[in-house]
Amino acid sequence: MHKLTNKLKGNKLAQIILLVLYVLVTSLSLYLAQASVTAFLLLLFSLLLLYYTELPDRLKWVIAGVVLIGVIPFVSSTGPGYQSYMEVATVVGIYVAMALGLNIVVGLAGLLDLGFVAFFAIGAYTYGIFATGQAANFMPFGDFPLSGESFWIFILIGCFVAALFGVLLGIPVLRVKGDYLAIVTLGFGEIIRIVFNNLDKPVNITNGAMGLASVKPPEIFGYQFVYPNQFYFIVLAILLFVILAVRRFEYSKIGRSWKAVRENEIAAQSMGIHLVRTKLLAFAIGASFSGMMGVVFAAKQTFVDPTSFTLLESITILVMVILGGMGSVPGVILGAAVITILNLQVLTEVTNYLNQLSLNGVISFPEALAPAKMQRFIFGAILIVFAIYRPQGLIPAKNPVFDEESLKEGSKKHRKDQITVEPDKGFQA
Amino acid sequence: MLAEILQTLPQVLVDGLALGAIYAVIALGYTMVYGILELINFAHGEIFMTGAFIGVAMLILMTGLGWLAAMPAILALILVLVVTSILTGFMGVGIERMAYRPLRNSPKLITLISAIGVSFLLQDLVRFITEYKRGNYILTGPSMFNEQFAIKFSSISSSFSDAFFKTSTLILIISVVIMMVGLDFFVNKTKWGMAMRAVAQDRETASLMSINVNKVISLTFFIGSALGGATGVLFAVQYGTIDPYIGFILGLKAFTAAVLGGIGNIRGAMAGGIMLGLLEMFAAANLQLLTGGIFGAEYKDVFAFAILIIVLIFKPEGLFGKAVTEKV
Repeated sequence: MHKLTNKLKGNKLAQIILLVLYVLVTSLSLYLAQASVTAFLLLLFSLLLLYYTELPDRLKWVIAGVVLIGVIPFVSSTGPGYQSYMEVATVVGIYVAMALGLNIVVGLAGLLDLGFVAFFAIGAYTYGIFATGQAANFMPFGDFPLSGESFWIFILIGCFVAALFGVLLGIPVLRVKGDYLAIVTLGFGEIIRIVFNNLDKPVNITNGAMGLASVKPPEIFGYQFVYPNQFYFIVLAILLFVILAVRRFEYSKIGRSWKAVRENEIAAQSMGIHLVRTKLLAFAIGASFSGMMGVVFAAKQTFVDPTSFTLLESITILVMVILGGMGSVPGVILGAAVITILNLQVLTEVTNYLNQLSLNGVISFPEALAPAKMQRFIFGAILIVFAIYRPQGLIPAKNPVFDEESLKEGSKKHRKDQITVEPDKGFQA
Repeated sequence: MLAEILQTLPQVLVDGLALGAIYAVIALGYTMVYGILELINFAHGEIFMTGAFIGVAMLILMTGLGWLAAMPAILALILVLVVTSILTGFMGVGIERMAYRPLRNSPKLITLISAIGVSFLLQDLVRFITEYKRGNYILTGPSMFNEQFAIKFSSISSSFSDAFFKTSTLILIISVVIMMVGLDFFVNKTKWGMAMRAVAQDRETASLMSINVNKVISLTFFIGSALGGATGVLFAVQYGTIDPYIGFILGLKAFTAAVLGGIGNIRGAMAGGIMLGLLEMFAAANLQLLTGGIFGAEYKDVFAFAILIIVLIFKPEGLFGKAVTEKV
């Protein structure tokens, strides 16, 4: 095995050929065997393989684009499972964006936020209230529900409203240190949920526990987005923006200040980093990604109610970040994908399989043990195991290392060649 | 409006005292662990919950064997309390050994994540066992100590109405007082208590004074968890129905109480617990009245969290704590 990987290392052509072969084989098997969830998952796995190849970054982006936009929707489109595959892919996209948002707060800035789903809820309700007749209850003017064309503006509005709440939460947080912060954000998440649950009186704003039904689907030039395969492309577009934004932030001045604050607040402050502004920015940016996806979520589900925004959701997103690797963008994407697919596909499939076995009398299988119900157990176990044995996650974060000599020389061309990467030491201590 | 509030005040006081007593004991567990390790032991709420389940399971078992009818109820309760607190005490020690000790030198964030993991794991473990055995994870214990008593507040002044309480409330409050006095004596007057205070003050120096730090930390977890487990049993007897998810929110509120009283301060935690219980009951009874029907009793949790946030912002050292400045 080692021999094989050594041979592959450095041989880009072989890597490309292998990758293309892999994509071809998995796509073909999915194309022919539409009911096979395994083939679909294996096809998604090709993106991880792509990450580990040594191709130039630009080529990687192109290949990923081709696989995501072309291959996956096309090969799964002919069978009965099309919409369910696209649904899974869409939900994965939504969670990836949220996990990337939380990654900024927890992974880069080192602020443990246990109520992150609150921002998702705020985004969802922002669109939900105005895209149903609900807003007519308290808005003195305007014609509600707004048409589906407003969805595109609401992505931005949801982003800003969530960011605003991020700042509002951030202001008290600035006076609270470390582990108290976890508790405060946890309380904030619960408060938001309880408020949404009860804000049907005195003025009916959120329709309380009944939730908002029949949210208007997005629309552009008379074309309506109703099915998961259509939402898939919306999510993909937003996700692309989010990933680009995160990458830009990470290696900017802001990103470095976040990491400095994470490692040592006092030292960072004495280096001239504005603590208040840095932390607030982390909260606002993290929240805004979540808010955007909240709007998409509301439009996709066409139904919003407070039960979608429980503490378990916040912890789920946290598990994604921890599993993938705090501060590592590819890691967090992987973590979010793994956990979402585990949640949506694997656990239910295994439960069905076990139920089938016990129906046939092969084994006696108690209902209480159903893996679909064991989320808390699994997530708890993941958190403990990763905290103890692999705190840096599946794909550890990497920091660019600059060669001091070449920096001093100031030759830009030279410098570019010298950049190498080494593992981020942040969480290994 | 004032007249109405006064009318219900005696009942609010009695209920608030019962709830506050529970908060107080759980807050002790948080505050002791925080004082020594500077760690929010998220799993403590779950230890309380597990205690409640072990207690109810034992009571159901004893009813089935006919022991409950054969011996005086109070004796049965004491037996259950002792066994439960020993079991949960060892559970706490085990959790510390498995999930926290390997991480003692890691960044705080990692330990906190491990604590959340333990909390979720325990919730599902208890749910699974209960559902497996009984088919349903919501458990109702045998009803005990249900005799009602009335305190005749109305004879003092006609603006009060009578307050009612059950025998179980009385038992709850008496046991909590015994636990708190016992703990206070232990921490302040015994050799082991002195060791605990020394470790809380400075772990390294304490170990130089030939104190076995690991043993002291284990002991702290044992005592905190034993008290938490025993409170769980009292909670189950008092309120009847329990489910695996009671521990989290209740633990959070108890932590609020600990912060209110100044974290790390044992007497502060007791006072904070009682105060929070009274405030919460008062809010539940009167929020609707005070805000003219805008906020109802369903906002009482929001009220508790709001207190937490306000205390943390304006007086992070709590009402009875000492302010600490961070040294570089």
